[in-house]
Amino acid sequence: MTPINLTPGDLAIASSLVLLCSVLSLVLSLRVHRALLVAAGRMVVQLLLVGFVLRIVFQLSNPWLTLLVAAAMAGAATYEVGARQDHRLPPPWQFVTGGGATVLATVTITVLALTTALRPEPWYNSREALPLTGIILGNVMNAVSLSLDTFFSTVRRERVAIEARLTLGSSRYGALQGVSAQAVRTALIPTINVMSAAGVITMPGIMTGQLLAGMDPIGAAKYQILLMFLIVGGNCLGAFAAVYFAIFRLTDHRDRLRLDFLRSRRG
Amino acid sequence: MLLEINGLTGTPGGPFRLSVDAGECAVISGPSGIGKSLLLRMIADLDDNTGEALLDGALRETMPAPQWRRQVIYVPAESGWWAAGVREHMQPAQSTLPLLPRLGLSEALLDVPVSQLSTGERQRLALIRAVIRKPRVLLLDEPTSALDETSMLRVEALLKELIADGAAIILVTHNEAQAHRMATRRYHMTSGQLEEIAV
Repeated sequence: MTPINLTPGDLAIASSLVLLCSVLSLVLSLRVHRALLVAAGRMVVQLLLVGFVLRIVFQLSNPWLTLLVAAAMAGAATYEVGARQDHRLPPPWQFVTGGGATVLATVTITVLALTTALRPEPWYNSREALPLTGIILGNVMNAVSLSLDTFFSTVRRERVAIEARLTLGSSRYGALQGVSAQAVRTALIPTINVMSAAGVITMPGIMTGQLLAGMDPIGAAKYQILLMFLIVGGNCLGAFAAVYFAIFRLTDHRDRLRLDFLRSRRG
Repeated sequence: MLLEINGLTGTPGGPFRLSVDAGECAVISGPSGIGKSLLLRMIADLDDNTGEALLDGALRETMPAPQWRRQVIYVPAESGWWAAGVREHMQPAQSTLPLLPRLGLSEALLDVPVSQLSTGERQRLALIRAVIRKPRVLLLDEPTSALDETSMLRVEALLKELIADGAAIILVTHNEAQAHRMATRRYHMTSGQLEEIAV
């Protein structure tokens, strides 16, 4: 089982596809060639850079360095979640709510996986810990974004209905129950779709990578199953935490709905 | 006094002072946009405000806000509905049935989607929804604005019965005849101020 080692020539042949697309764009004036080339260039530079950084991190095998890289990834995810919302809490809460939920879920799931199923030696072995952190972080980030976006826009739209429940004596959690459930559900739908389609319609990325790298299909499948479970757990936990934080920040101690705490990108 | 408001201050101005005893109906009138609805919202503790509000001598801060709002229910002019059907909003359900015909509504309305109700039906159902929860004080914001004369009188008859049973009502209305029929106390609201006037 030797991993296939790609030569620069192999990549060059594949890259001709991007060039071909760009030429087509030029000829047919699709005006997409510029964006395509820039994105492809960014992708190559970013991935090679990460490859070199990871090679050094793996060789040094220092727990602090591993933590530092994970923290940098978490910081980037926090920024992304906070920056993308149409409606958001005023700083610092937009980052605390989105980033806090993302980091909380990612850390919980990653530690759980590293101490039970994966058990690398030593436990902080960055070859296992960092890619795992990355895949969970990316998924949780999407789930948290989706849940917050749904939550905030639904609360704004359903203000009168939510206040109707408050006037009749519901607590803030009772009054926002329907909205929160909707937000968590929306956050989990993509994961449910991916799981349902896994293997039948699409071959998941991790498994594809491992098959191409020469791993036994059953082993690759088991690895993918484990990862899907971890992702579901992370997404669920992240979406719940985000919605719970959001309820907390959008209401006050007298169970009032405080939409005046919400900022909107437009108007 | 059943409900006492003392120095309540918030978005519509203030400090406001108002009181209403069991078996009373206090009518608030005043020009549109002066903040009568906001005053009712403040009493129900739905918006940020300062000052004292007491129910039976107990400060509202001594109880959780939902408990206060279960006893002092605000019924806005435009009601909100959180579920698709009418029935889901009516708890406890058995006390709803006798009230429907009294306000000229059919029992079949319980199975109609909220989106298909007329404005008048919605207004009366929102009142029933509050009444069946047996509040001690009702804060009513123009509860008959969308109703014809007959339905309006039916609503007033129900309100008078609640008052006779020991509830208190604070009623915001632009209808002078209605104010006359209902009021045991009257207040006039001008910008940021509330003044008690003769009945």
